[in-house]
Amino acid sequence: MRSHKFTGALALLLFSSLALDSADAQSKSPTPRFGKPIAEADIAPWNIDIRTSDGKGLPIGKGSVAEGKALYAAQCVACHGESAKGGTMYGTMVGGIGSFTTNTRVLTPGSMYPYAPILFDYVRRTMPMTAPQSLNNDQVYALAAYILNLNGLVPDNAVMDAESLPKVMMPNRNGFIPDDRPDTMATQCMTDC
Amino acid sequence: MQTTDVTRGPRSRSVSATDNAADTSSPQSQARRRFLRRGVALAGATVASATGIAAARAQKLEIPQSNLEMGRIIEPNAYGMPSKFESRVSRRRTDVFVNRQNWSDWSMTPLQDQLGIITPNGLFFERHHAGVPDIDPDKHTLVIHGMVKQPLKFSMSDLMRYPSVSKFYFLECSGNGLTDWTKAASTTVQQSHGLLSCAQWTGIPVSTLLDEAGMDPAAKWVLFEGADGSGHARSIPIQKVMADTLLVYGQNGERLRPEQGYPLRAFIPGWEGNVSVKWLRRIKVSDQPWNLRSETARYTDPMPEGKWRQFSFVMECKSVITRPSGGMKLSGPGIYPIEGFAWSGNGTIKAVDVTFDGGKSWREAALEEPFLDRCLTRFRYVWEWDGGPAKIASRAVDSTGYVQPTVAQIAKGRALVGFVQHHNGIFPWSVSASGEVKNAVA
Repeated sequence: MRSHKFTGALALLLFSSLALDSADAQSKSPTPRFGKPIAEADIAPWNIDIRTSDGKGLPIGKGSVAEGKALYAAQCVACHGESAKGGTMYGTMVGGIGSFTTNTRVLTPGSMYPYAPILFDYVRRTMPMTAPQSLNNDQVYALAAYILNLNGLVPDNAVMDAESLPKVMMPNRNGFIPDDRPDTMATQCMTDC
Repeated sequence: MQTTDVTRGPRSRSVSATDNAADTSSPQSQARRRFLRRGVALAGATVASATGIAAARAQKLEIPQSNLEMGRIIEPNAYGMPSKFESRVSRRRTDVFVNRQNWSDWSMTPLQDQLGIITPNGLFFERHHAGVPDIDPDKHTLVIHGMVKQPLKFSMSDLMRYPSVSKFYFLECSGNGLTDWTKAASTTVQQSHGLLSCAQWTGIPVSTLLDEAGMDPAAKWVLFEGADGSGHARSIPIQKVMADTLLVYGQNGERLRPEQGYPLRAFIPGWEGNVSVKWLRRIKVSDQPWNLRSETARYTDPMPEGKWRQFSFVMECKSVITRPSGGMKLSGPGIYPIEGFAWSGNGTIKAVDVTFDGGKSWREAALEEPFLDRCLTRFRYVWEWDGGPAKIASRAVDSTGYVQPTVAQIAKGRALVGFVQHHNGIFPWSVSASGEVKNAVA
């Protein structure tokens, strides 16, 4: 019995020292690092996101409501319809402001977007659907100006650029609340529920 | 013998120990005795029907042709496909909510035909915003930049040199069920719940690469952006990214399918599918969210007083009966297995109850192992249908104690207007006296 215990203790000692050794070996083993450095300047062609709350990332350029109207007629009307009121593919992009307290919420850039630069970010990265990222920055600003104008949020002579676009006050600016779920308190009722 | 393969759930398993300790007075022990009695009764029924078969044996079996000839040759080089007799089992594009183009659209998993917790890759649901790109992995680059010490780029072969992990997780679109909140629009469970699938995902923790780039301690949010025609992007809180978010290139033992983001996607366990950005090309670190269209005008939940709930990422605990389900027909009174899936974005499944009277009374279903975190769990109940009209549904409970609510309970806190996301309500099917199973949402 005694020698058994002794052998056991010895084995444990040996084992734990082995375990320590291997842990040491682990910590000494090299950390894989396969990333290759790249300069922010080289990422620029991909760096298209706009922080929409303050417009950080908006590029140089500008576009007017009138320029946007002409461009819309050439590139957008087929899917979105006359005056952005809905077309063959998609529903209206105009109106809906004030509809959220009714039973028919109409979601448009005008009624829904809390920040106007969302228009720039989204149009640049996605539109036109057949050729995304094909519009230049002036064109994207112009389309943003036109859609905002159709929604009554900027005047007919408005020009949108990195400075003016974030300043457009959107009606749904304060329309969002953070996730507060769980918001149900169901119980596991089994009988007479 | 049908009941012998019914694996018992975690509660039943803990009960076995109680039985050994001779504590037979607990409700759990009583439930176990009921379960055993049910097993005995069913075993009896099986024996009786076996006798019936013996009595009817008057016609000799024919030797099938397949016994009498050679089969197809082993192809020298082929990707195996399902039997030609299973061709009806396929993904289906939505036909309840019909889009007028099919690039920003979705197709749904045939859950009524899914036999285990894993969705085969060819049946995994799809949701794209500008169609499916075919990306050459040798030309694909991932970039990490923003609030990091050193911006980095990675090729696919770079990424695949890191030690990989494999995890089983469900993926559910936040829009799953949006057509069926208050009226029965869908016919089948594929239409009502088919924006749900489950797979084993293989890749590397995003935290590995962010550590390598040297994240600024002030970082709070991360942008994931895709290389598809929509440049799909979402803002994700840094805690979640560092906790368990993966960059995956493998799904169910093979490389991702193009529809699932080949060659690389983000995978954010338990959260709405939309945030697990596919065809991932860029990760940008910041101290604020971006508030993009996809996280303001879309993927937000209508709330009372004209408000919208934002960044509601988690897919809460949910379940549905897939067998029998809408469009099926029971062939007459008798014994039927009730089967389905339960899942929770907040943990594991602890219990599933089923009702046959539209929710007045509930009975505990058996759960089938494995009980994995944020993964589908199968449940089962052996039902003896008396031939009368019934309204069946399931209700899941997860490891946080959260109980799957009814739509009425959800409606107390939210506004069910328009296209409402995050439907995890109890979903009923009706069984008519003729055995027809129909969507019973009302």
